[in-house]
Amino acid sequence: MAPLARRVIDAAVGGVDDWMTGKLGEEFNERLARVPLNLTATGVDEFGLDPQWTKWALASVAFLHRKYFRTEIFGHEQVPEGRILLISNHSGQVPIDAALIGASLFMDVEPPRFTRAMVEKWTQTLPFVSLLFARVGQVVGVPENAKRLLENDEALLVFPEGARGISKSFDKRYQLEDFGLGFMRLALETGTPIVPIAVIGGEEQYISVGNFDSLAKLLRMPSMPILPQLLLPFGVLPLPTRYRIYFGEPMRFDGDPDDDDAVIEEKVFAVKATIQSMINRGLKARKSVFF
Amino acid sequence: MSNGGSGSNGSNGPRSQRAPGSTRAPGSVPPNSMPRGPSLPRGEGTILVTGACGRLGKHVVRIQHRQRRVIGVDRRPFPDKPKDVVHEQVDIRRKKLKDLFRAEPIEAVIHLGVMHDPRASQAEHHSWNVAGFQKLLEYVAHFQVPKLVVLSSANVYGPQPDNAQFLTEDAPLLGGARFSEIRDLIEVDMLAQGFFWKHPATETVILRPVHIVGAVHNAASNFMRLPTIPTLLGFDPMVQVIHESDVVAAIGRALVPGRRGIYNVAGAEPLPLSHIVKILGKPSIPIPYTFGKALLKRLWAFRLTTFPAPELDHIRYVCMVDDTRAREELGYVAAMPIEETVRSVELESW
Repeated sequence: MAPLARRVIDAAVGGVDDWMTGKLGEEFNERLARVPLNLTATGVDEFGLDPQWTKWALASVAFLHRKYFRTEIFGHEQVPEGRILLISNHSGQVPIDAALIGASLFMDVEPPRFTRAMVEKWTQTLPFVSLLFARVGQVVGVPENAKRLLENDEALLVFPEGARGISKSFDKRYQLEDFGLGFMRLALETGTPIVPIAVIGGEEQYISVGNFDSLAKLLRMPSMPILPQLLLPFGVLPLPTRYRIYFGEPMRFDGDPDDDDAVIEEKVFAVKATIQSMINRGLKARKSVFF
Repeated sequence: MSNGGSGSNGSNGPRSQRAPGSTRAPGSVPPNSMPRGPSLPRGEGTILVTGACGRLGKHVVRIQHRQRRVIGVDRRPFPDKPKDVVHEQVDIRRKKLKDLFRAEPIEAVIHLGVMHDPRASQAEHHSWNVAGFQKLLEYVAHFQVPKLVVLSSANVYGPQPDNAQFLTEDAPLLGGARFSEIRDLIEVDMLAQGFFWKHPATETVILRPVHIVGAVHNAASNFMRLPTIPTLLGFDPMVQVIHESDVVAAIGRALVPGRRGIYNVAGAEPLPLSHIVKILGKPSIPIPYTFGKALLKRLWAFRLTTFPAPELDHIRYVCMVDDTRAREELGYVAAMPIEETVRSVELESW
């Protein structure tokens, strides 16, 4: 029974693989082969990333990236090789921005990279979710993990605004919330260049007119946005806005990672100001939200 | 069984090494008594191994007796022991243990004699693991033994959802938070740490290896020996296993004079639990966590399983260690490749 099931699964996997190659072109596989990976003897990396799973995840995001949101990428040639900290604004109620940054780092940046991001601790207690996150390279959000990833020369994506950024309401769109300081200490400690990223288009995918804070607290969720569009047919889908992702020039900082908050804050402000001005320029250049 | 006379054939390793040591200072040592004081160069003196009759203990004894005199202490019998090894069938809580220290200078104590039987009572665990170990520490301090190696375990950190992927030696010991039955094992680790600070004259080494597999019988290897391996539906954590021969090698490294401290010891590369199942070529059944936990509790209550329910966390969350310190300071390297390490549970003897 088991061998038969295994053969059926293998055939299905092969079929999906062929279909994907047909849809995405040979280039997708060719790029996959060039991704720098540190795999162990059994074919995953030490955090549990499995290239096969990641490939499938990227393939599904590739559809959103190319067809649904028709993402435009700017400045991707400036992304350096080796360890990098990707620092971006966070928006859109659902972390589609993270997925699209991941897709562009794989499909547009040279050499192709897998983006690593940090996830909430409680996701580890959820079946399937914890498994999927680990296999596509997401790690538990503790400082030791971030440090280790950078020491392995990975590309680490951090949203210093955190949950406050992603759940902001429509009237606050494209205004950065306060940045956390942790990423700067990490960059100083590991000597990692910071790549500032501005994502435009995420704020309009779900129009949030406010937050049910009391209800969110009751349900122990970070926020409970009020989204009128959910009443429309297919309102669950994000609006097909056009995403624009701007990669800025890498910023390098020196200093003591254990400095006072005030000293670190100054450096964080420099990054925040850069991202805010990149956003402002991007908004000015944008002719239409949807095209 | 007087330990002075039992290993008296002069041809074998430890004996022949004793000779040059005592001839260096011919006048100072009375000819017919055991030499007291450092007559042998450090690193060649007698070692005392507790828990010598466990599978790991036997392995340690078999490696160490080739180079130096070994006294094994265990209340169990040691049927196929090497001839030149002295076996003292005593309980470490007995006074007799002290006589062993009094009879001859001991250069190193390797403490492997930790009991972990989930069926045994808490009181017995405490009396054996904690009280027994305290006695041992007392003698080590009193007789100024220069080296103490304690085999703890990476399980003292405990599997937690918010664990860093690789825990370092200074991570908190939370193993007892969800699984209170192993509190005494954490206490042993803590006692050894306390001893490390209080008695700087003794070089204390605490080793925290990950799941040991091989001919040993412990929860991890017994789990891997199950005909069908149960897993938790939707969970597939990364795990580390180490072959017993690598643990024995790490203990050998820890014995080198000058080395002290706490060391995590990991085997070959980490791998997902599902890959272990694949390497073993066994069927597995995924079980939803809540159902699995309830089922295991029932089975445990009816004495139908040897796995207590909290151990399910080991196949749910990561509990892996960073052994950089052991590799850099002890010069430890895992020699056994991962596939052989995993398959070793199927071989009954070595």
